Amino acid sequence: MATFDRTIIIAGAAGQGLVTVGELLSKVLTRAGYEIFATQYYMSRIRGGHNSFRLRISDQPQYSSSDTCDILFAFDQDAVSQHFEMLHEDGTVILSDKLNAMDRQCVSIPFAELAPKPLYENVVALGVLCALLGLDSALPKQLLSERFAPKGEKVIEDNIATLQGAYEWSQQVADKCSRLPEMYAHQNRMLVNGNTSIALGALAAGVKFCSFYPMTPGSSVAQTLINHSKEMGVVVEQVEDEIAALNMALGASYAGAPSIVPTSGGGFALMTEAVSLAGIMEQPVVVVLAQRPGPATGMPTRTEQGDLLFAMFGGHGEFPRIIYAPSSVEECFEIGHKAICYSEKYQTPVIILTDQFLADALQSVDTYDMHQLCQVHTPDYSDDHPEAYKRYLLTKDGVSPRRLPGMGKSIVLADSHAHNERGNITEDKQLRNVMVEKMLLKENSIRNEVIPPRYSGGEHPDTLLICWGSVEGAVREAAAVMTERGEDVAVISFSQVWPLDTMQFSHYLNNAKKRVCIEGNSNAQFAWLLKGLTCIPIEKIISRYDGRPITAGYIINKMYEE
Amino acid sequence: MRDINDYGHYNEAWCPGCGNFDILKALKQTLAELDIPPHKAAIISGIGQAAKIPHYITANGFNGLHGRALPPAQAVKIVNPELTVIAPSGDGCMYGEGGNHFLAAIRRNVDMVALVHDNQVYGLTKGQASPTTLEGQITKTQPMGVTNAPFNPVEVAISMRANFVARSFSGNTPHLVETLKAAVKHPGFALVDVFQPCVSFNKVNTFGWYKKRCYELGEDHDPTNWDAAIQKANEFGDKIPIGVLFTNNRPAYGGHLPKELVYPLGTEKVDSIAFKKVVKKYC
Repeated sequence: MATFDRTIIIAGAAGQGLVTVGELLSKVLTRAGYEIFATQYYMSRIRGGHNSFRLRISDQPQYSSSDTCDILFAFDQDAVSQHFEMLHEDGTVILSDKLNAMDRQCVSIPFAELAPKPLYENVVALGVLCALLGLDSALPKQLLSERFAPKGEKVIEDNIATLQGAYEWSQQVADKCSRLPEMYAHQNRMLVNGNTSIALGALAAGVKFCSFYPMTPGSSVAQTLINHSKEMGVVVEQVEDEIAALNMALGASYAGAPSIVPTSGGGFALMTEAVSLAGIMEQPVVVVLAQRPGPATGMPTRTEQGDLLFAMFGGHGEFPRIIYAPSSVEECFEIGHKAICYSEKYQTPVIILTDQFLADALQSVDTYDMHQLCQVHTPDYSDDHPEAYKRYLLTKDGVSPRRLPGMGKSIVLADSHAHNERGNITEDKQLRNVMVEKMLLKENSIRNEVIPPRYSGGEHPDTLLICWGSVEGAVREAAAVMTERGEDVAVISFSQVWPLDTMQFSHYLNNAKKRVCIEGNSNAQFAWLLKGLTCIPIEKIISRYDGRPITAGYIINKMYEE
Repeated sequence: MRDINDYGHYNEAWCPGCGNFDILKALKQTLAELDIPPHKAAIISGIGQAAKIPHYITANGFNGLHGRALPPAQAVKIVNPELTVIAPSGDGCMYGEGGNHFLAAIRRNVDMVALVHDNQVYGLTKGQASPTTLEGQITKTQPMGVTNAPFNPVEVAISMRANFVARSFSGNTPHLVETLKAAVKHPGFALVDVFQPCVSFNKVNTFGWYKKRCYELGEDHDPTNWDAAIQKANEFGDKIPIGVLFTNNRPAYGGHLPKELVYPLGTEKVDSIAFKKVVKKYC
């Protein structure tokens, strides 16, 4: 159990720099040894509106947002009124001396006095927060000198002086906030979000090509790859539309480059014909589907788990596919890698189903190590008997040796029609059957390697909480609270949602007295899937579809509603 | 010297007299004359009668989706620049369903050839109007005559200053071979729009129709002269010019890519030291 668990909300209008302050503070805290989990709530606009950065600090890893806060850093009056109710009774509002704290305990910052120009207000905010939390000022100073290194010594000096001023000023109001318990500072902790982690996982697996059309909240996967394209030898191409994106990735994959295509629901809708193409062509490819609320344009910057069944069924015809749904930032890294790995192994499309909440969630994690990951399957470089090479050779497990065009004398023919072993069009009924059965064989092989769901709890619990993907953190937190209250609760969470192996989990479902499925959509899509596969009833559904992430508090409130 | 037989013989499922036979032959002849072995060529197509070509030639092939020949073709070249990439597909595939990719490919300027079998009608789906069908032409789905203005692919490509824009005719294979050879050799994106008769579904633009109208551009046409090229691209009446209409020398795609890239992309092991450095940036 955590010995402390504090939340700071930094709120204001878009363009005021609240994310900059939030990210800098998160980094300082990570370096100071704290466990950080930060989420972003933002509107689909570049300036104005109302955004917040919610930062949870603990000595134990946290995986979801808190429903309350201890410190509210308000950049404008709207931020005070919007988050007023979330603030603990003994919490503190930190704000400009020109704003009104609405009679709550507050720290009023004289920005005009502390910031040499308005540009420096963010550094003042960082200095005040670091001082009130009891952090060593050397940490933010070090960070600022790294951040402003490209801008030269003068800029670094000015920033550090401003920070020092704010830090010193804060000592007189230090009693308004309780300091954080001291932690052992770790050297090798990263601060990353879900999408960055997916991209890093894919890089560790050898991804070499990414084609994309910008779409929130998927784009940051491509952005991360662009940021590291030179060092990691990746080509990233922004293309004319999502149709081109996936068709291009399939061309790249055919020529030998492990490929990834990030998007959101609307973009995936345009890609579905090519998902089907990847299936029949047996071309490895990874699609990252970062969900946001639909239908159509929906709520572009909010979160939902509404595309589960769409990811399963999007694409005409029958073909094997794998759908992963990472549950945490760290698992995004593992699954980013695994997705490339298994798409290459089974030569079929793999979809990573994430969502805005996880895509943008920042967490402090141990340094990612690519040596702990499994070996990625490589193509067949042999070029033995090139004249006899058949791209779709029938094999026991349905997977044919995949050679690359131009790597040897073998001729590689990839085809979108029903085809023979060489890849030529066929309408022969027996051959058609054999080739469909080849797909079924692959699906069976894939089913033997499903990530087992994670179960925790007693053997015959009163209540089993079921979830998939990014909701796991909130569900486990809710279960811990309920257990503490004396309830008999178990949790089962899925990081792979298709295909499923019912042998892995149907006994868990059967053994519980009451089953509750918790998911971020209104149709209880995963519950529908589980009921269909197991014929086991699910007694209660807790759903959320207002575009906001599911939290432990939300689950607990809904548990007792009839 | 290579021989046309190096590229195989197949049982093509086209109508007798179809222009595709001549285009296929010209394609094989082009590869042979340029000494490109079958395993160094990649023929990337969409869907349509023309798009069946990867099945009728001994060369690497990717027969993808309708309208989507160009995206994978460009990617194949980006990933393995050693391959000669040719995308043969019909007018419906390239200019209709794939119109956006056509525009984007001209802008992206990847070193490849789009070989468009332009018979001004849909063959695979049996006779509907295509983007290049002439206004007023009666088809079974446009019984009152086509009301859409025809798409002029060469004019659009020239207006966008594509690197290489040419027109040819399936009934003049020596001309087609020379044009294709020039297209392959020219860096960047090349469009070769080839008139071909559709003996089953286009009773207007027949072999004789094209034969009577097509004339070869002479030495006096300067393909680097944009105004002259636009003018020639609009000559579409009793006389239609064939040959290289326009050339540009914008650098082909790839100049911005890091020189350290190892081709084909994906064939080298992941650089674990570089990865460690990347991870460090998040600490």
